[in-house]
Order: sequence, then structure tokens, then C-alpha cells
Amino acid sequence: MTVNPPLSETPEDEDLLLESTTLSTQPAAVQPPSGLGLRSLLRWAWRQLTSMRTALLLLFLLALAAVPGSLLPQQGNAPADVADWISRHGALGRLFERLSLFHVYSSPWFAAVYLLLFVSLIGCVVPRTRLHWRALRSRPPAAPRHLSRLPVTRSFTTTATPQEVLDAAHRSLRRRRFRVDRLAGSVGAEKGYLRETGNLVFHLALVVLLVGVAIGALYGTRGSAIVVEGSGFANTVTRYDSFSAGPLADPQRLDPFSFTLDKFSATYQQGGKQNGAPRSFTADVTVQDSPTATPRSQVLQVNEPLVVGGTKVFLVGHGYAPVVTVRDGEGRVVFSDAVPFLPRDAMFTSTGVIKAPDARPTQLGFQGIFLPTASIDPIRGPLSTFPAANDPALFLSLWKGDLGLDTGAAQSVYRLDVSRMTRVGLEAMRPGESWTLPDGLGTITFDGIRQYAALSIAQDPGKGIALGSVVVAIAGLLLSLFVPRRRVWVRATADDEGTILVEIGGLARTEAGGLEAEVDALRSDLPDEAAPGAREPIEEYR
Amino acid sequence: MTAHTFAHLSNDLVYSAMATLTLALLAFSAELAFGDRGRVARTSRRTVHRVPVAVGAGGAPVDVDTPDVAELPEGDLPESTRAAKLGGIGFSLTVLSFVLLLAAVVFRGLAAGRAPWGNMYEFSLASALVVTGAYVIAVWRRPVLRLLGVFIVVPVLLTLGLAVTVLYVDAGPLVPALKSYWLVIHVAAAIISGGIFTLGGAVTVLYLLQERWERRGLSNSLSRRLPESEQLDRTAYRLFAFVFPLWTFAIVAGAIWAENAWGRYWGWDPKETWAFVTWVVFAGYLHARATAGWKGRRAAMIALLGLSAFIFNYFGVNIFFTGLHSYGGLPNK
Ligand code: HEM
Repeated sequence: MTVNPPLSETPEDEDLLLESTTLSTQPAAVQPPSGLGLRSLLRWAWRQLTSMRTALLLLFLLALAAVPGSLLPQQGNAPADVADWISRHGALGRLFERLSLFHVYSSPWFAAVYLLLFVSLIGCVVPRTRLHWRALRSRPPAAPRHLSRLPVTRSFTTTATPQEVLDAAHRSLRRRRFRVDRLAGSVGAEKGYLRETGNLVFHLALVVLLVGVAIGALYGTRGSAIVVEGSGFANTVTRYDSFSAGPLADPQRLDPFSFTLDKFSATYQQGGKQNGAPRSFTADVTVQDSPTATPRSQVLQVNEPLVVGGTKVFLVGHGYAPVVTVRDGEGRVVFSDAVPFLPRDAMFTSTGVIKAPDARPTQLGFQGIFLPTASIDPIRGPLSTFPAANDPALFLSLWKGDLGLDTGAAQSVYRLDVSRMTRVGLEAMRPGESWTLPDGLGTITFDGIRQYAALSIAQDPGKGIALGSVVVAIAGLLLSLFVPRRRVWVRATADDEGTILVEIGGLARTEAGGLEAEVDALRSDLPDEAAPGAREPIEEYR
Repeated sequence: MTAHTFAHLSNDLVYSAMATLTLALLAFSAELAFGDRGRVARTSRRTVHRVPVAVGAGGAPVDVDTPDVAELPEGDLPESTRAAKLGGIGFSLTVLSFVLLLAAVVFRGLAAGRAPWGNMYEFSLASALVVTGAYVIAVWRRPVLRLLGVFIVVPVLLTLGLAVTVLYVDAGPLVPALKSYWLVIHVAAAIISGGIFTLGGAVTVLYLLQERWERRGLSNSLSRRLPESEQLDRTAYRLFAFVFPLWTFAIVAGAIWAENAWGRYWGWDPKETWAFVTWVVFAGYLHARATAGWKGRRAAMIALLGLSAFIFNYFGVNIFFTGLHSYGGLPNK
């Protein structure tokens, strides 16, 4: 038996032990700057920025920075709530606004956090990639002097020759998909390079994801439009009710498609606790992919958008558009159209406005409440009790005077500016009914009801890149977390009496289990006895 | 049988599961509370075998033929103690609860004619099922984890209690926005992630306790039966490392669904925001474990922070915020 030599800390062993906790190319802890020159200071700052500690800090900052956006209303999702919040909180509201707290995710400070994180990431991953590339092409490291100090060790004596032992080890390790290097008196092997590769791929894929998101933000467009049954939509900016485009998008070059909404149908839950909950929406449309293309029919549903080129059309809502005809005091038709009303509750109590600027002797305006299934609540007034048009009614109040359309200021089609008007009448109507307006102002007829579809139309050229990158990222992550990275060495030495001592040492990432089993399996592949007939001069290996 | 009977059956099964879980909780608590007494009683009955052995700083005499758990091969409990018997009863009741919950979820699905995780009530039910199931599997693989019982049963009971009182809605079809197989995939992945996050959180709490006891040289009925802190730490890491890619996938599946339903894959809706926060915090946890000075206790605290974000996303966001995701099926405020 040999006695282990005293534990001496050679630099080689130190390196090994340092590595034993990671077996990866992760950056080492940062030392304080050496010297006072600007260069060394900069280099120190850069190393600080790309250190693991900074990455951790920035990850926390990112998580923290994302929180206020969920607690406060955001401009992008709920602009009306933002205005409301600011007006209710006075100075605090204005302060929050100045701090970009109502558009956190496009705020300079949020951008600062994630950009710093990504600079750190790139600064970290590029050198690691270089190191890993070198490791991939180099041989497994030579056996450390003291195999007995590795986390997993085995040793035994054998009557087989070192040659036999090392040959067997070589074969066994190869079979276990190790990369094996044969040195004098020992075998070194390593496997699991894919772990590091996966980790680097994961981090790089995050950079690509950011690029995809950025492309969408810069070149994407999205907007919304209301399309009434029987009418059409052409994909030009003027046809949108609201439209936003990234700074580099060209709104003049949208995909040149158009479609007509032939029919909209909806079904609802009847009775029970969820009475009135929607069950299905279907929009039948006829689409032309370009002005010259042949029209095709398609069904548009929630979760089943219409796809034309790079643009998608989503069904996001619906509502009712009462069809009315207004005749003025001189008997001329001054308005005849379907007027989209906006739903105010889940039962589709809806409100809308009809404007007849051409009416004589004075301009006319109507504020309306539409009820698909009408009832009168003693406290809240006219209220719908079911979202389907089972018993529709239209409540109108009539205003006369100046609609204020000539001032040049933009006016919402859903609001009546009554500052220069007076109210002169109120009426409840059923489909088909007419109301003779007071003071000889004319008549209004409730001709019927159509439904409309609220559509969201979006085009995001970065989407594919984003999806591709997350798929790659997940694959990289799986490799990074589950591929075991291991090193194993086998050494065979003869002592003074000619006994062959075999030592096996294994090293793994601390987290990954299974190294013991692997080493044991290797051990059982090594011969305890010389193969019959084999005789080697042992001296050679001393 | 009609959908209606299925729905009723499902509800009854949920209540039965809650009853058996309550009993399991009693058994588990008794195991922890009376652990020492059981041991002392046994010890005094066999004074012959008693020898004083210094244990930690306390130096209390221990029964020599009750082996110290820390020295056992992983996963063996001294089944002979009365406390352990209580624990065994608790575990059997938990297995029974799991079966009842499984049946409840299946019948709920049959009643609604779709995947049974379409609203907050069903989501809670399914989560309770997954947490219980993950615990049962964990104990089956490593019996020593049975000691997690209390930490598992309490959150499960709370979830179910909230489900049947506040979140309950009748079984029925979904609103159109939720009819998407990406949603089914997304929610299923989120539920499974939730189960494993919870289990990992429970192991982490035990790790923190055990680590503290070890550091101070304290010993008590729980610490003696738990594995060493290092092993608990490793188990927690394995759970979190397993769940992190799954959670990543859940978020991605959700984004694909959102893209299909609303035309944008990410909109910083409160639900999305908190999913992101959870993800980033757990990425931080994985980093912390590889960062000098952050391993061990600090990393464990980060994991608990991540778990809190997850739980807040689950309960808080559904109940307090309105967003595109508030599909809880709760009446609109
Ligand atoms: C967007 C920001 C980042 C995210 C989401 C992220 C995420 C992750 C995740 C999930 C892991 C776990 C995989 C594993 O343990 O193998 C990981 C590992 C790692 N990350 Fe990052 N990371 C980010 C930025 C960075 C930065 C800036 C650095 C450089 C300082 C970095 C360096 C590392 C290293 C070295 C590992 C491997 C740790 C080990 O050896 O176990 N990461 N990262």
C-alpha cells in the first residue's frame, strides 16, 4: 500500500478545485483595479459590468422595474384610466407622469435597465464563447497529481498490466461518450461540452429575441376598425379608427387587401350563473388579397385571425349598429346609415350618437341608448337584460342647434357636443317605427339593426424572429440544465513491489448527480486480474 | 349520466378531498408536534438500551437503536416511532385526497365537455391536484420528503377553500377568447409549473430551517428527521431547474395564444408582467447559485421571492386587476 503524499497546494490543483465548482467558462470574481491609470480603471469597470454579480443585480432591477407597470394603468392598455388616475391624484399624478410611470415599458429608465443587462450579457457571453470554442478543440486536461482529492474517487489493486487497465478504461469511457485522451500512465476524459454550448446558445438567443422585439416595435403597425355587416374594409390608414406605427414603418405601404363583412353571428349562454356569457362569435367575410385578386370567402373567429400576407386581422369585439333614416323639416333625407353603438355592459346596453349637420332649418343631433333585450330598471333606467337582439329598442333624445362641426377641431363620432344645442324631445322606438320630431324638425325612422365587428389589424415583422429565438433559447436551456458535464481520470501505477494500483477520480458540476454511478460503472469495466497469457514488463511504467 | 350529475359529483368529490386533506393535516401536524414525545416514551420504556450520546450542542441522550436519520441512506425513515406512524397516516390520507381530486377534475371536465382549466375555480382545482400529485411522486421517490406534508397540505387546502367559496362557477363552456388549444397547453404548463414551484418552495423553507439549525447546532424533532441541509438544497435546486424551462415554455405558449387572439404576443398586461417577473427572479436564482457569495441561503431567499411572485400572479392579479387575462369567471366589478 502506498501512503498518500501530504496535501500540497500546487497551482494546478488550485485551478482544478476552483473549476470543480463550475466546470464552466463563467467569469471569475472581479479583483479591484490594479494601478490608477484610466485604462485599468476602464478595464476594471468593464469587468465589473460583465461580472456574474452585476448580472444578478441587473436581473433583480429588471424584475423590480417591471412591477409598477402592473400596479398603475398604462397608456398603451388603458389610456382613459391613465387620464382618470392623473386627474384624481393631482400633483402625485403629474409627478408619476413625469417619471414615465404610465408607460413604464417604453420609459427611459426601463430601457436603461434592460440595455445594460444586455450589454453585460454580450460582454459576458462573447469571451465565454471564445473560451468554450478553445475548450472544444483542446484535449481533456491532464490528470491532476492527486486523484484522491477529487470529489469522487476509487482505487484498487490489480494483477493486470497498466496497459490493460488503461486500454479498458479508454474503451469504457469511449462507450460512455467521453472524449478520451491517452497519456503516459493515465487516461483523461471529459464529456458534456453541450452543457456549456447550450448555456451560450441560450444567452445568445435572448439577444436575438431582443432584436426580434425591436424589429416589431420599429417596423410594426397596428390599428383598429369597426366594420358593420354588409360594408367593407380596405387596408389603408384612412380606413382605421385608430392606427399606430413604429418609427420606421411606412404607413403608405400596408398590405393592399380588402374584405367585406357579409354576416356576423354570436351565441350566448342562456340562463344559469353565467347567463349572457358569450359562447361563440363568427364573422363571415369575403376577402380580396389585392385589388386584382379573386375574392375568397373566409370565416373569422376569435383565436382564428384572418391572415393576408404579413398582416393579421383579429376579431376582438362586436356590437350593434341601429340603422336610421333622418328627414329634416323640409322632408329631405339628411342621414341614412347604420350607426355603431358602443356596448357599455356585458348585456350590451349600448350608447351612440347620430349627427345630421345638413338638416334644415337647424342641425340635429341624437343621443341614443340601444337595448338588444329591452327593460327599464327603476333606478338605472333603460337597461338590456340579454346580449342577443331578442327584444330590441332604441331610446333617443333629440338636440337641435349647432353641432360644432365647423370649428375645425376633431370631434368623436361617439360624442355629441351639446354646448350650443338645446334638448327638445325624448322617444323610445322599436324597429320599423318612426318618430315625428317636435317643432316641425322632421322625422327619424328606426329601420332595423345590423351587427358590427370590432377588428384589430396588426403587422409585426419581428414576430418570426422572436418565436424562433425562444424555441432555440428553450433548447439551449434544456441542454444547459440537464447535460451532465464530467471529467474522469484513470491512472495506473506500479509500486516498489510491482503491485499495480489503479486510481479513478471524477469531477462534475456540483449540481448534477450521477457521477458516482458513472465512476462505479467505469470501475466495473476495469480488469481485476491479468488477462490469461498476457505478460508485460512492468518496469516500463514506473 | 348527464353533464349535470357529473358537475355535482365533481363538487362532492372536492369537498371529500378537502375533508381527507384536513385529516391529513392533523396527522402531519401531530407528527411534528409529538415527534419528540413519541421518541421519549419509547426511550423510557427501554432504558436498558439507553446510552448517553452527545448530539450537537444539546447533548441529549438518544435511543441507540433509533438510528439518526442524517446517517441513513437517503429516504429511509425510522418507521417504528409513533410520530412516523402519524406521518404515514397523513401521507395515506394525502394519497386518497389526490385520487379524489383527480376524479373531481376528470368529472368537471366531463361536465363542461372540455379541458377542465377554463376559469379560476377549475385552475385552482387543477393546481391543487398537481401540487398533491407532485408531493406524492416526490415521497414515492424519496420517502424522507414526507416531512413536507404540512407545507404541502396547507397551501392546497387554502387554494381549495378559496376555490369553493370565492371562485366557484358552474361548469359550462368557455367564452370564445379561451377556445384555443394553445391556451390549453399554456394553462396546463402553468399549472404543472405551479405545482413544482410550490413543492420547491416547501423544500426551500425546510432547507432554510435546517440550515439555521445546523449553523446554531440546534436539534429538534424536525431537524433530526430531515436530511442534511445540503441535500435539501440540492433537491430544491433540482425542482427549480426542472421547472424553469417548463415555466419558460408556459410563457411562450401563452404568448403564442395572445398573438392569435389579440394580435400581439406581449402586451404587459398585469398577468404577463407578473409571469415575466417570476421568470426573471428565477433566472436570478439560477444565476445566484453560480455566483460567489450568493449560494445557499441567499439563493434560497431569491427562490422564495420568485415563488411569491408566482403566487401573487395566481391569486392577486386575477382578483385585483382587470386585464385581458381576468378570465376568472368572476362577476365584473
Ligand atoms: C437577460 C439576462 C439573462 C438571463 C435571463 C439569464 C438567464 C440564465 C439562466 C436561466 C441560467 C441557468 C442556466 C444554467 O444554470 O446553466 C443562466 C446561467 C448563466 N448565466 Fe445568465 N442570464 C442572463 C444574463 C447573463 C449575464 C449578463 C451573464 C454574464 C455575467 C450571464 C452569465 C451566466 C453564466 C456564466 C451562467 C452559467 C452559470 C453556471 O455556471 O451554472 N448571464 N443564465
